[in-house]
Amino acid sequence: MSGALRLPRGGRIDRNQPVRFTFDGRGYDGFVGDTLASALLSHGVHLLGRSFKYHRPRGILAAGAEEPNALVTVDRGGGRWTPNLRATQVELYEGLVAKSQNRWPSLAFDVGAVNSLVSPMLGAGFYYKTFMGPRFVKGAKLWADLFEPAIRRAAGLGEASRDPDPDHYATRFAHCEVLVVGSGPAGLAAATSAAQSGARVILCDENPVFGGSLADDNHAVIDGMAADAWAAATIEALAARPNVTLLPRTQAFGYYNHNLIGLNQRLTDHLAQPDHRAPRERLWQVRAKHVVLATGAIERPLVFPDNDRPGIMLASAGRTFLNRFGVKPGTRVVVATAHDSAYRAALDLAAAGVQIVRIVDLRESSEGALSVAAERAGLPIMRGATIVGTSGTTRVRGVRIGRVSGRHVTDLESLACDLVLMCGGWTPSVHLFSQSRGKLAYDEGSNSFLPGTPAQDQVSIGACAGTFGLAQILRDGHRAGHAVIKMAVEDRDFAVVGDDESTGAGFIGATPHDRDPTQVKAFVDFQNDVTAKDIALATREGFRSIEHIKRYTTTGMATDQGKTSNMNALGIASAELGRSVPSIGLTTFRQPYTPVTFGSFAGLSRDALFDPVRETAIHGWAAAHGARFEDVGLWKRAWFFSRAGEDMHAAVNRECQITRERAGLFDASTLGKIEVVGPDAAEFLNRLYTNSWTKLGVGKCRYGLMLNEAGFIMDDGVVGRIATDRFHVTTTTGGAPRVMAHMEDYLQTEFPDLKVWLTSTTEQWAVIAVQGPRAREMLAPLVDGLDISAETMPHMSLQVGTFQGVPMRLFRVSFTGELGFEVNVPADYGRAAWEALWAEGRKFDAVAYGTEAMHVMRAEKGYIIVGQDTDGTVTPDDAGMAWAVGKTKPDFVGKRSLGRPDLVAPNRKQIVGLMTDDPRTVLEEGAQIVGDPTPARGTHALGHVTSSYFSAVLGRSIAMAVVEGGRGRMGETLYIPMPSGSISAKIVKPVFYDLEGVRLNG
Amino acid sequence: MVETVTLARSGSLAGRRMASVTELAPVARFSFRGSEATAIKLGEAFGARPAVEPCRSSVAGARSALWLGPDEWLLIATDQDAGTLFAALETALAAEPHSLVDVSHRNTGFDIVGAGGAGLLSEGCPLDFDLAAFPVGMCTQTVLGKAEIVLWRFAPLSFRLECWRSFAPYVADFLAQAADNQD
Amino acid sequence: MLLIPCPYCGPRSELEFKHAGEAHITREPQVADDQAWGEFLYTRTNPKGIIAERWRHTSGCGRFFNCLRDTVSDNILATYKSGEPRPSLETSGEPSR
Ligand SMILES: [Zn+2]
Repeated sequence: MSGALRLPRGGRIDRNQPVRFTFDGRGYDGFVGDTLASALLSHGVHLLGRSFKYHRPRGILAAGAEEPNALVTVDRGGGRWTPNLRATQVELYEGLVAKSQNRWPSLAFDVGAVNSLVSPMLGAGFYYKTFMGPRFVKGAKLWADLFEPAIRRAAGLGEASRDPDPDHYATRFAHCEVLVVGSGPAGLAAATSAAQSGARVILCDENPVFGGSLADDNHAVIDGMAADAWAAATIEALAARPNVTLLPRTQAFGYYNHNLIGLNQRLTDHLAQPDHRAPRERLWQVRAKHVVLATGAIERPLVFPDNDRPGIMLASAGRTFLNRFGVKPGTRVVVATAHDSAYRAALDLAAAGVQIVRIVDLRESSEGALSVAAERAGLPIMRGATIVGTSGTTRVRGVRIGRVSGRHVTDLESLACDLVLMCGGWTPSVHLFSQSRGKLAYDEGSNSFLPGTPAQDQVSIGACAGTFGLAQILRDGHRAGHAVIKMAVEDRDFAVVGDDESTGAGFIGATPHDRDPTQVKAFVDFQNDVTAKDIALATREGFRSIEHIKRYTTTGMATDQGKTSNMNALGIASAELGRSVPSIGLTTFRQPYTPVTFGSFAGLSRDALFDPVRETAIHGWAAAHGARFEDVGLWKRAWFFSRAGEDMHAAVNRECQITRERAGLFDASTLGKIEVVGPDAAEFLNRLYTNSWTKLGVGKCRYGLMLNEAGFIMDDGVVGRIATDRFHVTTTTGGAPRVMAHMEDYLQTEFPDLKVWLTSTTEQWAVIAVQGPRAREMLAPLVDGLDISAETMPHMSLQVGTFQGVPMRLFRVSFTGELGFEVNVPADYGRAAWEALWAEGRKFDAVAYGTEAMHVMRAEKGYIIVGQDTDGTVTPDDAGMAWAVGKTKPDFVGKRSLGRPDLVAPNRKQIVGLMTDDPRTVLEEGAQIVGDPTPARGTHALGHVTSSYFSAVLGRSIAMAVVEGGRGRMGETLYIPMPSGSISAKIVKPVFYDLEGVRLNG
Repeated sequence: MVETVTLARSGSLAGRRMASVTELAPVARFSFRGSEATAIKLGEAFGARPAVEPCRSSVAGARSALWLGPDEWLLIATDQDAGTLFAALETALAAEPHSLVDVSHRNTGFDIVGAGGAGLLSEGCPLDFDLAAFPVGMCTQTVLGKAEIVLWRFAPLSFRLECWRSFAPYVADFLAQAADNQD
Repeated sequence: MLLIPCPYCGPRSELEFKHAGEAHITREPQVADDQAWGEFLYTRTNPKGIIAERWRHTSGCGRFFNCLRDTVSDNILATYKSGEPRPSLETSGEPSR
């Protein structure tokens, strides 16, 4: 059963495809091709929502993307829940479930409407004055405890889904010669002429059907065809061209630098049974050589008292519902206008049998063809008149009108009606132009800002450029399509008959009325509930710039970004301040033009694809042997290996103890590795590391310390010399990309004369650390006869050989303080090499250990971890590593800075060891250190704890810290204040185990 | 008179842009660094002469040289060649300052073949894959989503993608998701 | 999102690049004056208008290069290789967008 207000014929709906849907649980029907708004209107439903602040009943203001009021939530079930959709853009499908928002307990009876009664307190600047100010004055507690939470709960838009979004979203980078935004007459003409050159053209439109204003036009004839038929034929011709991409349901939401345009394409929201494997939306990032903006214009409301009741809508919207959807938006209509175009709506509605109660024209006279036609058709017109108030609660029931006489209104009269159409004129949609950083120019003649000189390779045509005649628009479009691709321009004239040619300045600001200005609400910004009174108040309180007025009143700051309100707000401020509109300024338009789902922005970057997860060649083995992993950058590293029943503490204790007693295997593959090759390799390292490399023999290794130019430690690692001109450099896991970029920077820009090249080999090699007193015995059978005895291969040496037949670089290094080797094999052999070593290790009851045990063992030896024990302010001397600095080198990165006064100042923080007096107490990393057991608030901290563990081997806790003048405080007791009381600890040297270092050389 | 018409034949997948993604079998890869003059010397020993023009490749039989930077080329050869080829190239270049590093195991390669290949890549790569903008023989380092990749078009509908081995699962999953996202 | 003309590879998306700070800051480690060295380390011009800055084509050819960019419009006026002098804008031709 179709809605009672549906016309028997006409519109672009498919009457053979009726669909059923629900709104707030109640069933309705409509047709494929309807929007939720048009279908509800066909049933006479105008009340769609409650307003943001005052909870006033609201209906449908517009018919498109600019709709500020009729926001709904669509619930498809299973987490497919989308709030804040404009009912004027929600396409109807069988089974659609839509809900109103911002109301409780029901739309028609809303508790929050009490806000309307306290509204004198909710005026301009309300949030600033109450939520911030009163905290410091009497009564602040009352506000904070009572009013603020209540008001925050009552004010708001739809709720976000609490479930994960089950849909997925596509992204696409696209390139074209010409992107045309908007498929009205201007866009179609431009796309057609640009496409003729063979250039790649993308044409997008926010609507499901192309044609723009032509879809509502039942009068104009172009080249002998009805306007919509011409549009259909033009689109068909475009679709047939391989160089043209047509994107319906696609919002150009953002214009970014260098002609990058963001498009959001809605792919499945209009389908009753979408394939859930298909993406819901696609985010296009289009890099266009040229952009044609044909984004049209948006009609302005008139700002009269109580202009927000359901049933009061824009005149063009009334016409769209009638012509595009075959729906009468009302039965008795009062038209209020300041522009000729509303007469077309009146004529169309009259022709469809809607009673025109009165046309109230703010202007004293109007000689436009349309008003003449309306007069000739016998429509009742009252000139120099306006609406001063409306009645009705959930639907407009009548208006009071009167004659304007200066700032007064006389000859008041009441009229009954169920629909009010209003038209304050047209505002060109310059949003994208403004986002592209083009400067807008104010045009007095049309009360509007028009595109000035573009900042990028772009042209605006049609209504968005202030051009309104159809023949001119088509001509401009055709010309622009040629011009942007630098084709010889061939002008083309389109034969247009029956165009309305309605132009005019319209009106901006608030219309005059006879009522107490402190009591009436004449809405400017419908979505944020900003009234003319609020803007006037802001100007009285001293705000002069529209940017300030906007923030104080929140006008234009809602999700619709003031599409229907900005010019009226400016008009009011201009009148109040007695200054011209351009002197007050226009707010900057920002991306996105309409809200874009988070899903679309996230695209593929969610769930498993949120970030790459990097795993080593040995990861699978670790996972199969009880490893728990920790994230280190993008890497997953084995953290500890849990045996049945073991917690982390027990596992780490076992891993440490067995490694020190016998042997342990550790996957060190994630360490950064850089191959430094070339005749100047040693000299390059001399300049990048504090150490000296010239005398390092082939087959030897050295610990390298890297500073940034400011003299602070940025990375460290072991460097081995493979050949005279070839070094194998290792870096920390997290520092690898940073170190590589740092080295490349100096090589390319400071030392370009050096003949040396850097190649990342991090992923070329799998690295297995074999550590512990039995390490050599474990390794020996696998290295194909290589002599790895202590004599041939002492600590800090390396050999190149084979490991069970595959290439190997073997390093004698240790990060545990035990006898240790690091086996490097090509990564594809990493797993097999690990398994071979594991098999050998079984003979010694060796363990596999993870990063936690590694951290404990290195702390037992006092080896620092860059980024944990250092924080970007630690010098080599602070770290107790002055020995690593080559004093005789003329230069290395950071050397000059080490002489800066601040870096040699006394009392710098130095790395020390800490032993708590209670050996069971493990300090918290990051905890502050003071000299006073009961520090007063504000006591100066001497330093903080950087590393802290329980050492199973020592049977007590150990810690490292940075402390002011730390090395001069050996034996001193300091305090670590914690919520449960101060912990006392003694400063010691940062070496806790094997102080003589004999185990290393085993 | 009866007119005869020739009916157009269309397969069951007409209109769809298909693509296959396969992991490349092991190959030998060397990162070669040096001057253009050294690159020419290397070309004599390697067979495929490294292109001096930016972002271009050269191929000789199973050997290819991909320009990655003004002093950097990625050399690709068959897996069997790895050991002997490295030694041969080092011998040929002994007198020239240069760097040759074996990165065979660092990278994982994929071949992306079919009319839909460019569409898959455009899901995460900002380059223009029009043949005029990215012709056959072009190679470059770029990004796919959050992974750094080397991309090489070796035939009109065929791309080679190389990434570091630990990024390969991400790249594979990304391409699989991208395939689901195609029209 | 900028479109940056790499002097080696041609115009590429900003996604492939990393910014690397102001260009033409000369490193003179032999300088004796601590104040001058401190300014080398920490003081930058941060102009409103045209800046010479360094970028690296990280996910591309890997080269560091210099770029003249208008910080107001984000228009890139010229890019040139490291070590080359800053071009005078009169001769750098039409600004690239
Ligand atoms: Zn480049």
